[in-house]
Amino acid sequence: MALFMKVQASSLIAGLRRGRPVSGRRALVTMGKVELKAPPYPLDALEPHMSKRTLELHWGKHHRAHVDNLNKQIEGTPLAGKSLEEIFLNIYRGGAYRNNIPVFHNAAQAWNHTFFWESMKPNGGGAPTGMLAEAIARDFRGFDNFKAYFRHAGMNQFGSGWAWLNTNESGKLMIFNTPDAMNPLVETKLRPILTVDVWEHAYYIDFQNRREDYLNTFIEKLIDWDVVAKRYAAAQQ
Amino acid sequence: MAFELPPLPYEYGTLEPHVDSMTMQIHHTKHHQAYVNNLNAALDKFPELKDLGLVDINKAVGTDKLPTEAATVIRNNGGGHYNHTFFWKVMTNPSNTNGPSGAAKEAIEAAFGSVDEMKTKFNAAAAGRFGSGWAWLGVKSDGSLAITSTPNQDNPLMSGLPDAAAMVPILGLDVWEHAYYLKYQNRRPEYIAAWWNVVNWEQVSANYEAAKAGTVPL
Repeated sequence: MALFMKVQASSLIAGLRRGRPVSGRRALVTMGKVELKAPPYPLDALEPHMSKRTLELHWGKHHRAHVDNLNKQIEGTPLAGKSLEEIFLNIYRGGAYRNNIPVFHNAAQAWNHTFFWESMKPNGGGAPTGMLAEAIARDFRGFDNFKAYFRHAGMNQFGSGWAWLNTNESGKLMIFNTPDAMNPLVETKLRPILTVDVWEHAYYIDFQNRREDYLNTFIEKLIDWDVVAKRYAAAQQ
Repeated sequence: MAFELPPLPYEYGTLEPHVDSMTMQIHHTKHHQAYVNNLNAALDKFPELKDLGLVDINKAVGTDKLPTEAATVIRNNGGGHYNHTFFWKVMTNPSNTNGPSGAAKEAIEAAFGSVDEMKTKFNAAAAGRFGSGWAWLGVKSDGSLAITSTPNQDNPLMSGLPDAAAMVPILGLDVWEHAYYLKYQNRRPEYIAAWWNVVNWEQVSANYEAAKAGTVPL
């Protein structure tokens, strides 16, 4: 089996530097293994809104375990060397889902978490501008309504899961939540442009049971609207 | 009559060091309380369902006894209220717990070979439940014991659940992250192993007798 390297050197280096957000779409794949991509900021950079302790556990243990376990699962199989998207879409659509649920979970969660880190930045929040702002105003009848709908989606995901802002290729925006490891790429043609993790591990250290406070903090203080806008623009090409 | 949050049969710190006091406090006064509040709010619109009682409400999940517009909120919060009420009682002071005895022990050995083998299977069900949920040891309709796990606040009393064996629970473990995150973080297997120290085997025996007699323990 041919092993092929898809290391994107520029994003590897950028991912290790603070500040500059990197494109979340492609995972790092070296020698058939998926790599754990670092968030585009130091683990304490989101304080006080998301603690260093949370990042250490959430990225350093949970996200890392998905990547490590996935690599063990795919070693020596045709999935080795593929990107995360290829792996989880392949499993879900290939009819092999039932027999490969743990692999699906790890691949999807590895992807979801990278997408999540890259949806945030230090001193984030505020409001979107430009075309994205117009689309939000149009599709949700105003930014305040968008915030309420997004928070609602996060609150309404019973148990573990994610809330997503998505676009179709015409630029129409839609919000919904997914359970557990599911993401919009799996069952829809929509492109996600923003996500928030509502598994309890995402907020329990900082907020305990208060998921609503966590969601409000995410919305007001953490969202990287520049990244979201770039993803929005890219989805319409 | 509205449902109420039952008091714990012990202090918040009684299960230390295996389950920490802060977790018990938040788990009981916030999470369980929220299920009670939400269940009451949902049943306000359907007062005839309140008279069913908590066990029969859970048994009605997945059947047409529940109105469509309230089916999900009743499943989630009726399940949550039953599960947690049941859960507090199958735990006790760690110095109280010796191990299964009598008929329950014989039934465990008959179904699994030994208590240790039962624990191995139970641990696997608890660790393997992806996302939020519960692991259960229960009595099936043929009277034998089995182990299963359910997602979210589902339990084996409910109808039409995929993959879960229908059974009357005699022992259950909450593996939602809120049950263990403050002390164990991502180390769920460590939580599961520690939890055996606080299992109330007398209650498990009582639950077993009730299940064999055709009732659902609560």
